[in-house]
Amino acid sequence: MLGGIIGPLILVLLAVIVPALLARVVRDLVRTSLLLTLPIALSALLVNVLFFPAEQQVLLRPGPITVTAEGLVFALEILVRIMAISGAITLFYLTTRPQDLVVDLERRGVSARVAFVANASVQTVPAMVERAQQIAAAQRARGLDTEGSFMRRARGILPIVGPVILGSIAEVEERTLALEARGFTRPGRRTMLWWPTDSGAQRAARWSLIAALIAVAGARIAGRLG
Amino acid sequence: MLTLEAVSYRYAGATRLSLREVSLTLGEGEVVGVVGRSEAGKSTLCLVASGLAPRTLGGTLRGRVLLDGADSSGRAMHEMARDVAIGFQNPGTQLSGVATTVYEEVAFGPMNLGIARDEVLRRTESSIDALAIGALRDRDPDLLSGGQQQLVAIAGLLALSPRHLILDEPTAQLDPAGTRLVSDAIKGLAGGGVSILIVEQKVDLLAGVCDRVIALDEGRVALDGAADQVLRDPALHAMGVAEPSGVRLRRLASEAGLAPEVIAGALRAEAWSSADG
Repeated sequence: MLGGIIGPLILVLLAVIVPALLARVVRDLVRTSLLLTLPIALSALLVNVLFFPAEQQVLLRPGPITVTAEGLVFALEILVRIMAISGAITLFYLTTRPQDLVVDLERRGVSARVAFVANASVQTVPAMVERAQQIAAAQRARGLDTEGSFMRRARGILPIVGPVILGSIAEVEERTLALEARGFTRPGRRTMLWWPTDSGAQRAARWSLIAALIAVAGARIAGRLG
Repeated sequence: MLTLEAVSYRYAGATRLSLREVSLTLGEGEVVGVVGRSEAGKSTLCLVASGLAPRTLGGTLRGRVLLDGADSSGRAMHEMARDVAIGFQNPGTQLSGVATTVYEEVAFGPMNLGIARDEVLRRTESSIDALAIGALRDRDPDLLSGGQQQLVAIAGLLALSPRHLILDEPTAQLDPAGTRLVSDAIKGLAGGGVSILIVEQKVDLLAGVCDRVIALDEGRVALDGAADQVLRDPALHAMGVAEPSGVRLRRLASEAGLAPEVIAGALRAEAWSSADG
Protein backbone atom coordinates (compact mmCIF):
# COMPACT_ATOMS: atom_id res chain seq x y z
CA MET A 1 0.00 0.00 0.00
CA LEU A 2 2.90 2.33 0.75
CA GLY A 3 4.72 1.59 -2.53
CA GLY A 4 3.39 4.81 -4.05
CA ILE A 5 4.98 6.77 -1.22
CA ILE A 6 8.32 5.08 -0.65
CA GLY A 7 9.49 5.33 -4.28
CA PRO A 8 8.93 9.10 -4.64
CA LEU A 9 10.24 9.61 -1.09
CA ILE A 10 13.53 7.90 -2.00
CA LEU A 11 13.72 10.09 -5.10
CA VAL A 12 13.14 13.25 -3.04
CA LEU A 13 15.86 12.12 -0.67
CA LEU A 14 18.38 11.32 -3.42
CA ALA A 15 17.61 14.06 -5.92
CA VAL A 16 16.66 16.93 -3.61
CA ILE A 17 17.73 16.46 -0.01
CA VAL A 18 21.22 15.01 -0.63
CA PRO A 19 22.16 17.70 -3.21
CA ALA A 20 20.73 20.35 -0.85
CA LEU A 21 22.90 18.98 1.95
CA LEU A 22 25.96 19.11 -0.31
CA ALA A 23 25.10 22.68 -1.34
CA ARG A 24 24.38 23.60 2.32
CA VAL A 25 20.97 25.02 1.55
CA VAL A 26 18.77 22.50 3.37
CA ARG A 27 17.34 25.02 5.82
CA ASP A 28 16.47 27.53 3.06
CA LEU A 29 15.12 24.72 0.91
CA VAL A 30 12.76 23.45 3.59
CA ARG A 31 11.57 26.94 4.56
CA THR A 32 10.97 28.16 0.99
CA SER A 33 9.48 24.89 -0.14
CA LEU A 34 7.07 24.82 2.81
CA LEU A 35 6.02 28.42 2.22
CA LEU A 36 5.32 27.69 -1.41
CA THR A 37 3.39 24.46 -0.93
CA LEU A 38 1.72 24.67 2.47
CA PRO A 39 -1.71 25.90 1.27
CA ILE A 40 -2.02 23.35 -1.54
CA ALA A 41 -0.55 20.55 0.61
CA LEU A 42 -2.99 21.22 3.44
CA SER A 43 -6.01 21.29 1.13
CA ALA A 44 -4.89 18.09 -0.60
CA LEU A 45 -4.45 16.40 2.78
CA LEU A 46 -7.82 17.48 4.16
CA VAL A 47 -9.83 16.70 1.03
CA ASN A 48 -8.33 13.24 0.55
CA VAL A 49 -8.27 12.16 4.18
CA LEU A 50 -11.79 13.34 4.97
CA PHE A 51 -13.63 12.82 1.70
CA PHE A 52 -11.98 9.84 -0.03
CA PRO A 53 -14.76 8.04 -1.98
CA ALA A 54 -13.72 4.38 -1.55
CA GLU A 55 -14.51 3.14 1.94
CA GLN A 56 -12.68 -0.09 2.77
CA GLN A 57 -10.45 0.26 5.83
CA VAL A 58 -12.09 2.79 8.15
CA LEU A 59 -9.74 4.40 10.69
CA LEU A 60 -12.06 6.98 12.29
CA ARG A 61 -15.66 8.14 12.04
CA PRO A 62 -15.91 11.61 13.62
CA GLY A 63 -19.56 12.57 12.99
CA PRO A 64 -20.57 12.45 9.30
CA ILE A 65 -16.94 12.19 8.14
CA THR A 66 -15.12 8.91 7.49
CA VAL A 67 -11.35 8.75 7.61
CA THR A 68 -10.06 5.76 5.64
CA ALA A 69 -6.61 4.23 5.34
CA GLU A 70 -6.89 4.46 1.54
CA GLY A 71 -7.64 8.19 1.74
CA LEU A 72 -4.69 8.73 4.08
CA VAL A 73 -2.29 6.84 1.80
CA PHE A 74 -3.56 8.68 -1.28
CA ALA A 75 -3.12 12.04 0.51
CA LEU A 76 0.44 11.07 1.50
CA GLU A 77 1.20 10.10 -2.10
CA ILE A 78 0.07 13.51 -3.29
CA LEU A 79 2.05 15.22 -0.54
CA VAL A 80 5.26 13.43 -1.56
CA ARG A 81 4.71 14.40 -5.19
CA ILE A 82 4.18 18.03 -4.21
CA MET A 83 7.34 17.83 -2.11
CA ALA A 84 9.27 16.44 -5.09
CA ILE A 85 8.08 19.19 -7.43
CA SER A 86 8.48 22.12 -5.05
CA GLY A 87 11.76 20.76 -3.65
CA ALA A 88 13.30 20.37 -7.09
CA ILE A 89 12.21 23.86 -8.20
CA THR A 90 13.38 25.46 -4.95
CA LEU A 91 16.71 23.63 -5.07
CA PHE A 92 17.26 24.87 -8.62
CA TYR A 93 16.41 28.45 -7.57
CA LEU A 94 18.72 28.29 -4.53
CA THR A 95 21.73 26.81 -6.28
CA THR A 96 21.67 28.43 -9.73
CA ARG A 97 22.70 32.00 -10.41
CA PRO A 98 20.20 33.38 -12.95
CA GLN A 99 23.03 34.77 -15.06
CA ASP A 100 24.67 31.33 -15.25
CA LEU A 101 21.36 29.92 -16.43
CA VAL A 102 21.11 32.51 -19.20
CA VAL A 103 24.66 31.96 -20.43
CA ASP A 104 24.35 28.18 -20.31
CA LEU A 105 21.01 28.19 -22.13
CA GLU A 106 22.59 30.34 -24.84
CA ARG A 107 25.56 27.99 -25.05
CA ARG A 108 23.12 25.16 -25.71
CA GLY A 109 21.59 27.08 -28.59
CA VAL A 110 18.55 28.60 -26.88
CA SER A 111 17.83 32.11 -28.20
CA ALA A 112 19.00 35.00 -26.03
CA ARG A 113 15.40 36.23 -25.76
CA VAL A 114 14.14 32.93 -24.36
CA ALA A 115 17.09 32.82 -21.97
CA PHE A 116 16.36 36.38 -20.88
CA VAL A 117 12.70 35.56 -20.20
CA ALA A 118 13.80 32.56 -18.10
CA ASN A 119 16.11 34.83 -16.13
CA ALA A 120 13.52 37.59 -15.76
CA SER A 121 11.01 35.06 -14.42
CA VAL A 122 13.44 34.00 -11.70
CA GLN A 123 14.25 37.62 -10.82
CA THR A 124 10.73 39.02 -10.93
CA VAL A 125 9.59 37.82 -7.51
CA PRO A 126 12.41 39.35 -5.41
CA ALA A 127 12.25 42.57 -7.47
CA MET A 128 8.51 42.92 -6.87
CA VAL A 129 8.91 42.15 -3.17
CA GLU A 130 11.55 44.90 -2.91
CA ARG A 131 9.34 47.37 -4.79
CA ALA A 132 6.35 46.49 -2.57
CA GLN A 133 8.46 47.10 0.55
CA GLN A 134 9.59 50.50 -0.77
CA ILE A 135 6.04 51.53 -1.66
CA ALA A 136 4.66 50.28 1.66
CA ALA A 137 7.30 52.33 3.52
CA ALA A 138 6.47 55.41 1.41
CA GLN A 139 2.72 54.95 1.99
CA ARG A 140 3.23 54.46 5.74
CA ALA A 141 5.33 57.65 5.82
CA ARG A 142 2.24 59.40 4.40
CA GLY A 143 -0.01 58.02 7.12
CA LEU A 144 -1.32 54.77 5.61
CA ASP A 145 -2.21 52.37 8.43
CA THR A 146 -1.07 48.84 7.58
CA GLU A 147 -0.87 47.51 11.14
CA GLY A 148 -3.54 46.22 13.50
CA SER A 149 -6.68 44.26 12.70
CA PHE A 150 -7.25 42.11 9.61
CA MET A 151 -9.65 44.69 8.13
CA ARG A 152 -7.12 47.51 8.58
CA ARG A 153 -4.42 45.47 6.91
CA ALA A 154 -6.77 44.53 4.06
CA ARG A 155 -7.66 48.21 3.50
CA GLY A 156 -3.94 49.01 3.40
CA ILE A 157 -3.25 46.55 0.58
CA LEU A 158 -4.91 48.45 -2.29
CA PRO A 159 -2.74 51.60 -2.12
CA ILE A 160 0.30 49.33 -2.26
CA VAL A 161 -0.77 46.81 -4.91
CA GLY A 162 -1.75 49.47 -7.49
CA PRO A 163 1.61 51.30 -7.53
CA VAL A 164 3.50 47.98 -7.42
CA ILE A 165 1.76 46.66 -10.53
CA LEU A 166 1.73 49.96 -12.46
CA GLY A 167 5.35 50.67 -11.50
CA SER A 168 6.41 47.20 -12.63
CA ILE A 169 4.66 47.66 -15.99
CA ALA A 170 6.38 51.05 -16.53
CA GLU A 171 9.71 49.51 -15.56
CA VAL A 172 9.25 46.69 -18.06
CA GLU A 173 8.69 49.28 -20.83
CA GLU A 174 11.81 51.26 -19.88
CA ARG A 175 13.86 48.08 -19.67
CA THR A 176 12.59 46.96 -23.07
CA LEU A 177 13.63 50.28 -24.63
CA ALA A 178 17.09 50.06 -23.07
CA LEU A 179 17.55 46.46 -24.27
CA GLU A 180 16.39 47.27 -27.80
CA ALA A 181 18.72 50.28 -27.92
CA ARG A 182 21.63 47.98 -27.03
CA GLY A 183 20.96 45.62 -29.90
CA PHE A 184 19.36 42.84 -27.86
CA THR A 185 16.83 41.96 -30.54
CA ARG A 186 19.48 41.31 -33.19
CA PRO A 187 18.95 37.87 -34.71
CA GLY A 188 21.81 35.38 -34.48
CA ARG A 189 24.23 34.42 -31.73
CA ARG A 190 25.72 36.92 -29.33
CA THR A 191 29.43 37.09 -28.60
CA MET A 192 30.09 35.31 -25.31
CA LEU A 193 32.85 36.32 -22.91
CA TRP A 194 32.79 33.26 -20.66
CA TRP A 195 31.05 29.94 -20.06
CA PRO A 196 29.91 28.60 -16.70
CA THR A 197 32.17 25.89 -15.29
CA ASP A 198 30.87 22.41 -15.95
CA SER A 199 32.97 19.95 -13.96
CA GLY A 200 33.11 16.18 -14.45
CA ALA A 201 31.19 15.73 -11.19
CA GLN A 202 28.42 18.06 -12.39
CA ARG A 203 28.16 16.22 -15.69
CA ALA A 204 28.11 12.86 -13.87
CA ALA A 205 25.36 14.09 -11.53
CA ARG A 206 23.30 15.31 -14.49
CA TRP A 207 23.61 12.06 -16.38
CA SER A 208 22.80 10.08 -13.22
CA LEU A 209 19.61 12.09 -12.75
CA ILE A 210 18.61 11.53 -16.35
CA ALA A 211 19.30 7.79 -15.94
CA ALA A 212 17.27 7.79 -12.71
CA LEU A 213 14.41 9.55 -14.47
CA ILE A 214 14.38 6.94 -17.22
CA ALA A 215 14.62 4.11 -14.68
CA VAL A 216 11.73 5.49 -12.60
CA ALA A 217 9.60 6.07 -15.67
CA GLY A 218 10.36 2.52 -16.82
CA ALA A 219 9.57 1.08 -13.41
CA ARG A 220 6.37 3.05 -13.26
CA ILE A 221 5.31 1.76 -16.66
CA ALA A 222 6.14 -1.76 -15.55
CA GLY A 223 3.87 -1.21 -12.55
CA ARG A 224 6.52 -1.79 -9.92
CA LEU A 225 5.93 1.53 -8.16
CA GLY A 226 2.28 1.60 -8.06
CA MET B 1 25.31 62.99 -39.69
CA LEU B 2 21.95 62.53 -37.92
CA THR B 3 19.16 64.67 -39.33
CA LEU B 4 15.54 65.16 -38.32
CA GLU B 5 13.46 66.68 -41.11
CA ALA B 6 10.21 68.34 -40.02
CA VAL B 7 9.49 65.54 -37.56
CA SER B 8 6.14 65.36 -35.78
CA TYR B 9 5.31 62.51 -33.42
CA ARG B 10 2.23 61.36 -31.56
CA TYR B 11 2.34 58.55 -28.98
CA ALA B 12 -0.05 55.64 -29.52
CA GLY B 13 -3.41 56.53 -28.00
CA ALA B 14 -2.48 60.20 -27.44
CA THR B 15 -4.72 62.94 -28.75
CA ARG B 16 -2.04 65.58 -29.28
CA LEU B 17 1.38 65.70 -30.90
CA SER B 18 4.39 65.54 -28.60
CA LEU B 19 6.76 66.84 -31.28
CA ARG B 20 5.74 69.36 -33.94
CA GLU B 21 7.73 69.98 -37.11
CA VAL B 22 11.11 69.62 -35.42
CA SER B 23 14.12 69.91 -37.72
CA LEU B 24 17.61 69.29 -36.40
CA THR B 25 21.02 68.28 -37.73
CA LEU B 26 23.76 66.72 -35.63
CA GLY B 27 27.06 67.15 -37.43
CA GLU B 28 30.21 65.09 -36.87
CA GLY B 29 31.69 65.89 -33.45
CA GLU B 30 28.92 68.35 -32.65
CA VAL B 31 27.34 68.48 -29.19
CA VAL B 32 23.79 69.80 -29.15
CA GLY B 33 22.01 70.50 -25.87
CA VAL B 34 18.25 70.36 -25.44
CA VAL B 35 16.42 72.33 -22.78
CA GLY B 36 12.79 73.05 -22.02
CA ARG B 37 10.22 72.76 -19.28
CA SER B 38 8.55 69.44 -18.33
CA GLU B 39 6.52 67.85 -21.16
CA ALA B 40 8.16 70.15 -23.72
CA GLY B 41 9.03 67.06 -25.79
CA LYS B 42 12.69 66.62 -24.81
CA SER B 43 12.55 62.89 -24.03
CA THR B 44 10.31 62.29 -27.04
CA LEU B 45 12.91 63.97 -29.24
CA CYS B 46 15.51 61.53 -27.86
CA LEU B 47 13.26 58.53 -28.53
CA VAL B 48 12.56 59.65 -32.11
CA ALA B 49 16.19 60.50 -32.89
CA SER B 50 17.33 57.10 -31.55
CA GLY B 51 14.75 55.24 -33.61
CA LEU B 52 12.93 53.75 -30.60
CA ALA B 53 9.87 55.80 -31.55
CA PRO B 54 7.98 54.59 -33.42
CA ARG B 55 9.84 51.24 -33.92
CA THR B 56 9.45 49.97 -30.37
CA LEU B 57 6.96 52.39 -28.87
CA GLY B 58 4.46 52.56 -31.74
CA GLY B 59 2.73 55.87 -32.36
CA THR B 60 2.70 57.99 -35.50
CA LEU B 61 5.72 59.71 -37.01
CA ARG B 62 5.60 62.33 -39.75
CA GLY B 63 8.75 63.69 -41.35
CA ARG B 64 12.04 61.81 -41.72
CA VAL B 65 15.00 60.72 -39.61
CA LEU B 66 18.12 60.47 -41.78
CA LEU B 67 21.42 58.76 -41.04
CA ASP B 68 24.16 60.14 -43.28
CA GLY B 69 21.51 61.40 -45.66
CA ALA B 70 19.68 58.07 -45.95
CA ASP B 71 16.16 57.57 -44.61
CA SER B 72 16.44 55.32 -41.54
CA SER B 73 12.81 54.19 -41.48
CA GLY B 74 13.62 50.83 -43.11
CA ARG B 75 16.30 49.90 -40.56
CA ALA B 76 15.55 47.52 -37.69
CA MET B 77 16.34 48.68 -34.15
CA HIS B 78 19.40 46.46 -33.83
CA GLU B 79 20.74 48.02 -37.03
CA MET B 80 20.12 51.50 -35.62
CA ALA B 81 22.00 50.43 -32.46
CA ARG B 82 25.22 50.11 -34.46
CA ASP B 83 25.14 53.84 -35.20
CA VAL B 84 22.96 55.48 -32.57
CA ALA B 85 23.13 54.86 -28.82
CA ILE B 86 20.70 56.25 -26.28
CA GLY B 87 20.93 56.55 -22.51
CA PHE B 88 18.07 57.30 -20.16
CA GLN B 89 17.61 59.00 -16.83
CA ASN B 90 16.78 55.99 -14.67
CA PRO B 91 19.91 53.84 -14.25
CA GLY B 92 18.10 50.86 -12.71
CA THR B 93 16.14 50.06 -15.85
CA GLN B 94 19.12 50.52 -18.18
CA LEU B 95 20.99 47.59 -16.71
CA SER B 96 20.58 44.33 -18.56
CA GLY B 97 19.79 42.24 -15.48
CA VAL B 98 21.82 39.36 -16.89
CA ALA B 99 25.34 40.58 -16.13
CA THR B 100 27.07 39.34 -12.99
CA THR B 101 29.72 42.07 -13.00
CA VAL B 102 30.10 45.66 -14.12
CA TYR B 103 32.57 44.43 -16.73
CA GLU B 104 29.96 42.17 -18.32
CA GLU B 105 27.33 44.89 -18.08
CA VAL B 106 29.52 47.32 -20.04
CA ALA B 107 30.26 44.57 -22.59
CA PHE B 108 26.56 43.66 -22.99
CA GLY B 109 25.85 45.95 -25.99
CA PRO B 110 28.78 44.94 -28.20
CA MET B 111 28.15 41.28 -27.25
CA ASN B 112 24.58 41.63 -28.56
CA LEU B 113 25.87 43.04 -31.83
CA GLY B 114 28.01 39.94 -32.35
CA ILE B 115 31.27 41.90 -32.43
CA ALA B 116 34.48 39.83 -32.22
CA ARG B 117 35.45 38.93 -28.64
CA ASP B 118 38.81 40.76 -28.70
CA GLU B 119 37.13 43.93 -29.91
CA VAL B 120 34.42 43.60 -27.23
CA LEU B 121 37.15 43.34 -24.58
CA ARG B 122 39.03 46.34 -25.99
CA ARG B 123 35.91 48.52 -26.09
CA THR B 124 34.90 47.44 -22.61
CA GLU B 125 38.30 48.30 -21.12
CA SER B 126 38.36 51.66 -22.88
CA SER B 127 34.82 52.59 -21.75
CA ILE B 128 35.55 51.60 -18.15
CA ASP B 129 38.67 53.78 -18.22
CA ALA B 130 36.79 56.72 -19.77
CA LEU B 131 34.38 56.84 -16.83
CA ALA B 132 36.95 55.92 -14.18
CA ILE B 133 34.91 52.95 -12.92
CA GLY B 134 37.76 50.45 -12.88
CA ALA B 135 37.29 49.94 -9.13
CA LEU B 136 33.76 48.67 -9.78
CA ARG B 137 34.56 46.23 -12.58
CA ASP B 138 34.01 43.05 -10.52
CA ARG B 139 31.02 44.35 -8.55
CA ASP B 140 27.43 43.20 -9.12
CA PRO B 141 25.78 46.08 -11.06
CA ASP B 142 22.45 45.52 -9.29
CA LEU B 143 24.08 46.30 -5.93
CA LEU B 144 25.62 49.66 -6.90
CA SER B 145 24.29 53.08 -5.93
CA GLY B 146 22.13 54.98 -8.44
CA GLY B 147 25.02 57.26 -9.41
CA GLN B 148 27.41 54.35 -9.92
CA GLN B 149 24.79 52.51 -11.98
CA GLN B 150 24.38 55.58 -14.18
CA LEU B 151 28.12 55.70 -14.87
CA VAL B 152 28.05 51.97 -15.69
CA ALA B 153 25.07 52.53 -18.02
CA ILE B 154 26.89 55.34 -19.83
CA ALA B 155 30.03 53.20 -20.10
CA GLY B 156 27.81 50.53 -21.69
CA LEU B 157 26.75 53.07 -24.31
CA LEU B 158 30.34 54.11 -25.01
CA ALA B 159 31.21 50.44 -25.56
CA LEU B 160 28.78 50.40 -28.49
CA SER B 161 31.17 52.90 -30.17
CA PRO B 162 28.24 54.83 -31.60
CA ARG B 163 28.65 57.56 -34.19
CA HIS B 164 25.71 59.38 -32.60
CA LEU B 165 25.03 59.42 -28.87
CA ILE B 166 21.76 60.57 -27.34
CA LEU B 167 21.63 61.20 -23.61
CA ASP B 168 18.40 61.96 -21.77
CA GLU B 169 19.35 63.62 -18.47
CA PRO B 170 22.42 61.43 -17.96
CA THR B 171 23.61 63.21 -14.82
CA ALA B 172 20.27 63.36 -12.98
CA GLN B 173 21.54 60.99 -10.28
CA LEU B 174 25.19 61.99 -10.31
CA ASP B 175 27.17 64.03 -7.80
CA PRO B 176 29.49 66.83 -9.05
CA ALA B 177 32.42 64.42 -9.48
CA GLY B 178 30.29 62.00 -11.53
CA THR B 179 28.90 64.89 -13.56
CA ARG B 180 32.45 66.03 -14.34
CA LEU B 181 33.35 62.51 -15.52
CA VAL B 182 30.37 62.47 -17.88
CA SER B 183 31.26 65.95 -19.09
CA ASP B 184 34.85 64.86 -19.81
CA ALA B 185 33.62 61.71 -21.58
CA ILE B 186 31.31 63.82 -23.77
CA LYS B 187 34.15 66.15 -24.72
CA GLY B 188 36.42 63.19 -25.49
CA LEU B 189 33.79 61.51 -27.68
CA ALA B 190 33.00 64.72 -29.53
CA GLY B 191 36.72 65.21 -30.10
CA GLY B 192 36.74 61.77 -31.73
CA GLY B 193 33.94 62.77 -34.13
CA VAL B 194 30.88 61.39 -32.27
CA SER B 195 27.86 63.67 -32.50
CA ILE B 196 25.95 64.05 -29.26
CA LEU B 197 22.43 65.16 -28.40
CA ILE B 198 22.03 65.77 -24.69
CA VAL B 199 18.95 66.68 -22.69
CA GLU B 200 19.96 68.18 -19.35
CA GLN B 201 18.52 70.22 -16.52
CA LYS B 202 22.05 71.12 -15.40
CA VAL B 203 22.56 74.05 -17.73
CA ASP B 204 26.10 74.63 -16.44
CA LEU B 205 27.02 71.24 -17.90
CA LEU B 206 25.46 72.25 -21.23
CA ALA B 207 27.34 75.56 -21.16
CA GLY B 208 30.57 73.62 -20.71
CA VAL B 209 30.14 70.94 -23.42
CA CYS B 210 27.64 72.13 -26.05
CA ASP B 211 28.34 73.82 -29.35
CA ARG B 212 24.67 74.47 -29.88
CA VAL B 213 21.53 74.47 -27.74
CA ILE B 214 17.91 74.17 -28.76
CA ALA B 215 14.98 74.99 -26.49
CA LEU B 216 11.75 73.08 -26.95
CA ASP B 217 8.37 74.47 -25.99
CA GLU B 218 5.18 72.43 -26.42
CA GLY B 219 6.95 70.14 -28.88
CA ARG B 220 8.31 72.92 -31.10
CA VAL B 221 11.81 74.35 -31.41
CA ALA B 222 11.49 77.73 -29.70
CA LEU B 223 15.19 78.68 -29.71
CA ASP B 224 18.11 77.29 -31.69
CA GLY B 225 21.59 78.76 -31.77
CA ALA B 226 25.10 78.80 -30.35
CA ALA B 227 25.16 77.52 -26.76
CA ASP B 228 26.35 80.77 -25.17
CA GLN B 229 23.71 82.76 -27.07
CA VAL B 230 20.74 80.53 -26.29
CA LEU B 231 21.70 79.94 -22.65
CA ARG B 232 21.84 83.68 -21.95
CA ASP B 233 18.64 84.45 -23.88
CA PRO B 234 16.07 86.01 -21.49
CA ALA B 235 13.34 84.09 -23.35
CA LEU B 236 14.82 80.86 -21.96
CA HIS B 237 14.41 82.07 -18.40
CA ALA B 238 10.81 82.99 -19.21
CA MET B 239 10.27 79.39 -20.40
CA GLY B 240 11.13 78.16 -16.92
CA VAL B 241 14.65 76.95 -17.77
CA ALA B 242 17.36 77.82 -15.25
CA GLU B 243 20.15 80.11 -16.37
CA PRO B 244 23.78 78.98 -16.15
CA SER B 245 25.29 80.18 -12.85
CA GLY B 246 27.62 82.66 -14.60
CA VAL B 247 24.71 84.24 -16.49
CA ARG B 248 22.62 84.38 -13.34
CA LEU B 249 25.44 85.95 -11.38
CA ARG B 250 25.96 88.63 -14.03
CA ARG B 251 22.22 89.38 -14.13
CA LEU B 252 21.93 89.64 -10.35
CA ALA B 253 25.08 91.81 -10.18
CA SER B 254 23.70 94.08 -12.84
CA GLU B 255 20.36 94.32 -11.03
CA ALA B 256 22.28 95.19 -7.84
CA GLY B 257 24.14 97.98 -9.67
CA LEU B 258 27.59 96.32 -9.74
CA ALA B 259 29.82 97.16 -12.71
CA PRO B 260 30.11 94.26 -15.22
CA GLU B 261 33.96 94.39 -14.95
CA VAL B 262 33.80 93.69 -11.21
CA ILE B 263 31.77 90.50 -11.63
CA ALA B 264 33.83 89.42 -14.67
CA GLY B 265 36.98 89.77 -12.55
CA ALA B 266 35.38 87.77 -9.72
CA LEU B 267 34.38 85.00 -12.15
CA ARG B 268 37.94 84.86 -13.57
CA ALA B 269 39.38 84.61 -10.05
CA GLU B 270 36.90 81.81 -9.22
CA ALA B 271 37.83 79.95 -12.41
CA TRP B 272 41.57 80.16 -11.55
CA SER B 273 41.03 79.00 -7.98
CA SER B 274 38.94 76.03 -9.23
CA ALA B 275 41.66 75.12 -11.73
CA ASP B 276 44.33 75.26 -9.01
CA GLY B 277 42.20 73.20 -6.66
